[in-house]
Amino acid sequence: MPYWVYTDPEIYRRELERVFAGAGWAFVGLEAECPEPGDWKRTQIGERPVFVLRGDDGRLRVFENRCAHRGVQLCRETFGRARELVCPYHQWTYDLRGRLVGVPFRRGLRGKGGMPPDFALEANGLTELCTHVRHGVVFASFAAAPPAFEDWLGAAMLHYFDRVFDGRALRVLGYSRQLIPCNWKLMFENIKDPYHASLLHVFLVSFGLFRADNPSRTLMDETGRHSCLISMRGDPASAADTAEMRSFKGDFTLRDPTLLEPVREFPGEATVVMQTLWPNLIVQQQSNTLATRQLVPRGPGAFELVWTFFGYETDDAAMTRRRLLQANLMGPAGFVSLDDSEVMQLSQQGISPFPDAQGRLEMGGRGTADEDHIVTEAAIRAFYAYYRQVMEL
Amino acid sequence: MTPDVRAEIQDLYDAYAEALDDGELERWPELFTEKCRYEAMPRENFERGLPLAVILCESRGMLEDRVAALRKTSMYAPRYVRHLTSHIRVTPEGDDFRVRANYAVLQTRVDALTEILSAGRYLDLVVRDAGRLRFREKRVIFDSVLVPNSLVYPL
Repeated sequence: MPYWVYTDPEIYRRELERVFAGAGWAFVGLEAECPEPGDWKRTQIGERPVFVLRGDDGRLRVFENRCAHRGVQLCRETFGRARELVCPYHQWTYDLRGRLVGVPFRRGLRGKGGMPPDFALEANGLTELCTHVRHGVVFASFAAAPPAFEDWLGAAMLHYFDRVFDGRALRVLGYSRQLIPCNWKLMFENIKDPYHASLLHVFLVSFGLFRADNPSRTLMDETGRHSCLISMRGDPASAADTAEMRSFKGDFTLRDPTLLEPVREFPGEATVVMQTLWPNLIVQQQSNTLATRQLVPRGPGAFELVWTFFGYETDDAAMTRRRLLQANLMGPAGFVSLDDSEVMQLSQQGISPFPDAQGRLEMGGRGTADEDHIVTEAAIRAFYAYYRQVMEL
Repeated sequence: MTPDVRAEIQDLYDAYAEALDDGELERWPELFTEKCRYEAMPRENFERGLPLAVILCESRGMLEDRVAALRKTSMYAPRYVRHLTSHIRVTPEGDDFRVRANYAVLQTRVDALTEILSAGRYLDLVVRDAGRLRFREKRVIFDSVLVPNSLVYPL
């Protein structure tokens, strides 16, 4: 793996075009974030500002966040509710379906000025992206004719997507946002790398939440762009399996164990499913803490990680409390995620000065097939096999 | 409210800053009552009534667990923090005290310039417990929703 792929501005520019604004579907939010007509949410796909808007017809649409006139951003807060969208510059006004409905002095003033007679409101609406909503999760695409969403995910990935997003109404519990000083791809690599989890994350390991000796699988879609890391909570560790985990702390116990009292809530044996969906989404299910993590790149050396923690409308108070307590594992101060954001920063610091050096991704061989153990980097290799096609590298 | 009480509350906030800034994390939980609540959350969650915190502790035991995790399990680059607390406003509530204060936490990583890690406000409930003042509730609401990478030590 050449290190310039994490640092080169030209590569980054090409990623913005081909990966983020490319053929596929990018995550933009949850339907529950815009429950009422006129509700909007501002976000980004790559570096392009967009917003999700629920129309007066109840439909969710995604638009580029810029007035058709002079490009001024229409939505300037993260969330809002509007009856119409008015540009602050010249008060061009759009309705809740993105149609331009008002241009002040369009006919001029006292017979002077105004727009040319052939100016058509209907040709100057907001630029709309293709939008797809599946079980409360909103995706958008800059492609003129994106693939069917189900085909884009593939059957195996769709199965795990629907495991968490099973059609129940979602309840947003809150947000966490980090500016992580490393290339965005290192985040995907981190989630596609079960090998590190049993070594770096002493907290997870000590409580059996993820360990090398737990039954685990790494699954990919047919293209390799998406993947799932699946694990099952195991029995307390045996000495033989933990011998190589130098950091394993068998004696570490919690003073207040209510922090970690997970209950089984999904069908099947898996207790952890971390799904990465090209180009910008991680779906996190670790015990009862659920979140989408959206990647927003900020140049080759940094990205913003937006966590949206959620539960279901049907959750009782005990389940909500459990989710909120287990959220201590995640985010910028998480017992687990803290290790990741710190180690990714160290990675970028080590990589940046040496663009011509190379890293090695040969754990579990050189193939890109599914695996039923964690001592593998197959999902990272599969990701880059697809990446090279898209980037023509 | 007597000047003595005001001074005592100031002492509590000074002890809080000192424990964290001197790296004596074990002293941090002692400043809370056994049953307590500590939470640090971005302004956007607070303003929108969303319950998610980046750190949530519901007992002194959980505070101790966080300290133990930082000592024994977490991996992070070394750094120093410095808490600056100001504009402490006390409102008596029965025998207890509602306290609101501003804070800034400066962070200095090894070989780097000092940066502002976080700025925001404390919304606290201070009570008399076994002869001294302690926090029964401490809510930390930080202004910038964006955290500069990691939040290692409590705010």
